[in-house]
Amino acid sequence: MAYLLRRLLHGALVLVGVSVLSFLFVQLAPGEFFSDMRLNPQVSPETIRHLRAQYGLDRALPIRYVRWARSVAKGDWGYSFAYGLPVSKLIWSRARNTLLLTITSALLAWLISIPLGIYAAERRDRWGDRVTVAGSSALLTVPDLLLALALLILAIRTNAFAAGGMTSPDFAELGTVAKIKDVAAHFTLPLAALVLGTLPIFFRHVRAGMIEALALPSIQSARAHGIPRSRILFRYALPAAANSLISLFGFSIATLLSASLLVEVVMSWPGLGPMLLEAILARDLYVVIGAVMLSTFFLVAGNLVADVLLYLSDPRIRRGPA
Amino acid sequence: MEPLLEVRDLHVDYLSDGMPPAQVLRGVSFTVSKNEAVGILGESGCGKSTLALAILRLLPSRSRLKGAIFYKSRELTNLPEREMEKLRGAEVSLIFQDAGSSLHPTLRVGTQIADVAAAHHKDWSARQRREGAEAILKEVGFDQVERIYASYPHQLSGGQQQRIAVAQALISGPSLLIADEPTSSLDTTVQAEILALLKRLRREHSLALVFVSHNPAVLAEMADRILVVYAGQIVEEGSAQQVLNSPLHPFALALLRCVPKDVRHNGPDRLLSAIPGSPPDPAETPAGCPFAPRCAERMDVCGSRMPSETRPEPDRKVRCFKYGG
Ligand SMILES: Nc1ncnc2c1ncn2[C@@H]1O[C@H](COP(=O)(O)OP(=O)(O)OP(=O)(O)O)[C@@H](O)[C@H]1O
Ligand code: SF4
Ligand SMILES: [Mg+2]
Repeated sequence: MAYLLRRLLHGALVLVGVSVLSFLFVQLAPGEFFSDMRLNPQVSPETIRHLRAQYGLDRALPIRYVRWARSVAKGDWGYSFAYGLPVSKLIWSRARNTLLLTITSALLAWLISIPLGIYAAERRDRWGDRVTVAGSSALLTVPDLLLALALLILAIRTNAFAAGGMTSPDFAELGTVAKIKDVAAHFTLPLAALVLGTLPIFFRHVRAGMIEALALPSIQSARAHGIPRSRILFRYALPAAANSLISLFGFSIATLLSASLLVEVVMSWPGLGPMLLEAILARDLYVVIGAVMLSTFFLVAGNLVADVLLYLSDPRIRRGPA
Repeated sequence: MEPLLEVRDLHVDYLSDGMPPAQVLRGVSFTVSKNEAVGILGESGCGKSTLALAILRLLPSRSRLKGAIFYKSRELTNLPEREMEKLRGAEVSLIFQDAGSSLHPTLRVGTQIADVAAAHHKDWSARQRREGAEAILKEVGFDQVERIYASYPHQLSGGQQQRIAVAQALISGPSLLIADEPTSSLDTTVQAEILALLKRLRREHSLALVFVSHNPAVLAEMADRILVVYAGQIVEEGSAQQVLNSPLHPFALALLRCVPKDVRHNGPDRLLSAIPGSPPDPAETPAGCPFAPRCAERMDVCGSRMPSETRPEPDRKVRCFKYGG
């Protein structure tokens, strides 16, 4: 139990640290939301001063941070300059879409890479292994951006998938089943881009982890006792590789999240990605900080889930040091 | 009488990318009869574990095996993996040097024993498997069988872990047990306990034993016959008495000089100081006798070609020019 509490505390500290850092970076970056207005002769300097005061931009950095923290405590997460709305309201629906995409692609990528990695490790150096390894290496050399663009072009050319956005223009008039179908059709493309982008990384880790596990003395000895191959693979070797795979799972959330932000922009998926980009360009500070904080939160949560899984799967951690 | 196990001219190479193959076993031949205990004696790295793994066809994929292995007249080197699975544990069992790492860290030890039973008795119910596992736990000397059954390996001592490994090895009633230095990671008292246990179980289960060790004192205790291995070859073979009390091969002589006179006294491993020099690189084929660079009795002929096996006495073999060859 102490182990989990420690991990939880660690996560909280990371969140606070990131909030301070992102606050510093974002605020110290040159230019601000109201810089462009200064160039506009129709807006008087008086108005700008007024606006800046209203958003607290004329205050010292620590004071702004404290104000922001208070607003976080209230659940607002600061205000968006561009929309004049609390950041939390803006971000939440976007975050939901990003999560939908990230979690589904994580599950799918793991679901494919675990059996594939086990298969390749079991046939190490033989044909099945060589082919899958070569395929994954080829896929790995394609940058995520290129992959997304290629898929997009493919979709537009073939008209097989809905390209861009999350819903069709007539979404509101559709029935429930048709609505789900519509989202699924729009979902396929970004999902494919993410899964194809991360699959080779996961596959390699699973394969390497399994190869290492299969060479362990405990697996050798299980084989020496005549325990059948299938049972060795799933009951002995996979759990032995689990520790590193579970840690990778936490880390994979990070990879997927950043890949997701990119793919979202390319495929105009209404997630955090496009919003973050827009907010950065407009220097909509609190939206940027909010999106960064939320991404960090997902990361920390992913690692916490991994820690809990680790705790459950390994009796040595569960019982603490002997 | 036909032997239980016969190994004939066994060669094993380990392969790695961009390197010449490491010839770890270079033509090993020997037999093991029913109920017989054969000791394998040799320095670290001479190929003892490789031999044990090769017999059960457990070598890594990046290796090459040549020669023949007969068990109960069945040739094992070309047996399909499925058939090998049935044989491992049920006919030939293997226990490893370090029981701590040979047990799975996240499975209860009882489960690991019951799993072996399940592998060879597909018709057993979960209850039968558990009862079988508890019975064998009693046999290897545990009293609180239920507590042990539910333990994880890291909760047990080194000696207890090795008992669990023995239980796994014996639950399916093999005729041959290969023990690869089963006690060398244990302290002296525990080592003596495990050796006594193995001796008792060998009698009770009429097991043949292949006992691998680099410690002559341990083999004096365990073996009827001894094979001395140097650089992947058997350089001397004879009864335990003969080999330990009057070794023929200069390597065996040097090895035994490193232990106290009274080899029956079970001394700790550190008494075994090394012979000066080191064995040849397995990636190269030595022109003459592989032991020549370290041999105190080297002759001119020794560097020119490999000595072949001779029988200076009945039931004794040696590979050295001192005895012909
Ligand atoms: N999987 C492997 N790949 C390549 N070389 C190996 C492999 N396993 C062992 N070797 C090498 O083969 C030689 C023999 O190893 P082996 O483990 O059979 O020796 P050993 O006699 O059991 O030694 P020890 O007393 O230290 O256990 C050593 O030189 C070792 O480095
Ligand atoms: S053959 Fe020669 S070098 Fe080799 S052990 Fe005998 S005497 Fe020594
Ligand atoms: Mg060894």
